[in-house]
Amino acid sequence: MNQNPVFRVVAKILFAPIIMFGLYVQFHGDFGPGGGFQAGVIIAAAFILHALVFGLQAGRQIISARVNLWMMVLGVTIYGAVGIVSMAKGGLFLDYTALTGSVGSGQHIGILVVEFGVGLTVTSVMLALFHAFAGFVEDRGND
Amino acid sequence: MMVSLVIDVFLLALLVLIAVMVVRTGRLYAVIVMSGAYSLTSAAIFVNLDAVDVAFTEAAVGAGISTVLFLAAMAYIPADEKPSQNRNFLAGGICIGAGALLLLAVMDLPSLGDVMAPLHQHVAPRYLAESGSALHIPNVVTTVLASYRGFDTLGETIVVFTAGLGVLILLAGATQTKRVKLNSRKVAAKTAKPKSLKPKSGAKTAGTKA
Repeated sequence: MNQNPVFRVVAKILFAPIIMFGLYVQFHGDFGPGGGFQAGVIIAAAFILHALVFGLQAGRQIISARVNLWMMVLGVTIYGAVGIVSMAKGGLFLDYTALTGSVGSGQHIGILVVEFGVGLTVTSVMLALFHAFAGFVEDRGND
Repeated sequence: MMVSLVIDVFLLALLVLIAVMVVRTGRLYAVIVMSGAYSLTSAAIFVNLDAVDVAFTEAAVGAGISTVLFLAAMAYIPADEKPSQNRNFLAGGICIGAGALLLLAVMDLPSLGDVMAPLHQHVAPRYLAESGSALHIPNVVTTVLASYRGFDTLGETIVVFTAGLGVLILLAGATQTKRVKLNSRKVAAKTAKPKSLKPKSGAKTAGTKA
């Protein structure tokens, strides 16, 4: 979309580091500030930057609308599944200690997986919102 | 203590200034950018309160994504606010009255950082004591969010999911079958473009009818 070389080069340079930072925020949330919500937004921002500079179609080629919808569903499902698994292992719903039997590892694994689910849903919902707003305009502009 | 107070006063004054500018300007692009600045300033206030997790979220969601989404939505609406001449004194009076009542209620709140406040007496001490030693997770915010309050966060995630679905249904052409149809029509219209412009307009009217 945008032919300005400055935008294109900067977007290319920044794309991977933004996602890297998002993953750091995602999986380092137990020890520092961060977690699924923030990480999801940061990762979505990388894809939105890409779509802003290279066009919505290029963005849709990385993550199609169908995959995006499934990612939304998958995130919530992962979260709920952790609860079901902990119930199956003899604990209460979302009782992470029951996942492995020990408090230390169970809570760590439970929180990591649950936060991953949150991050997946937030990323895909933000992407879907952006494409819904911006894509509608692009469609209308083409007509 | 003194430095933090000065920073707080400065940031709060900045918030009020931005809020007044948002109300006074008629250009909606300026309003969007200034609400982003408002979020960033509140994030700085949260950092000053040592609430880095909240500040992080505010900066990423409030100043980042919301601004982009608002800008994307701006394409639908005119760039300027419609000038309004009527002054509704009753509404203004109600606003000022409600604001005064809120200020009155703030007087009754425990002061900032008061250890004896009910908030710090209920479950918070247990979370603070257990999170690091028993659960081995140093960031208490994460344990409260994902473990102690796991149900609430599940609900939050479902709310985000539902909001996304709602926008998709309203804006992105709803169901999969409909989108596929629209896309195939568009492709047909595009391939037929060199011959004549008729198929394109035909596809457009069919699309709006459906």
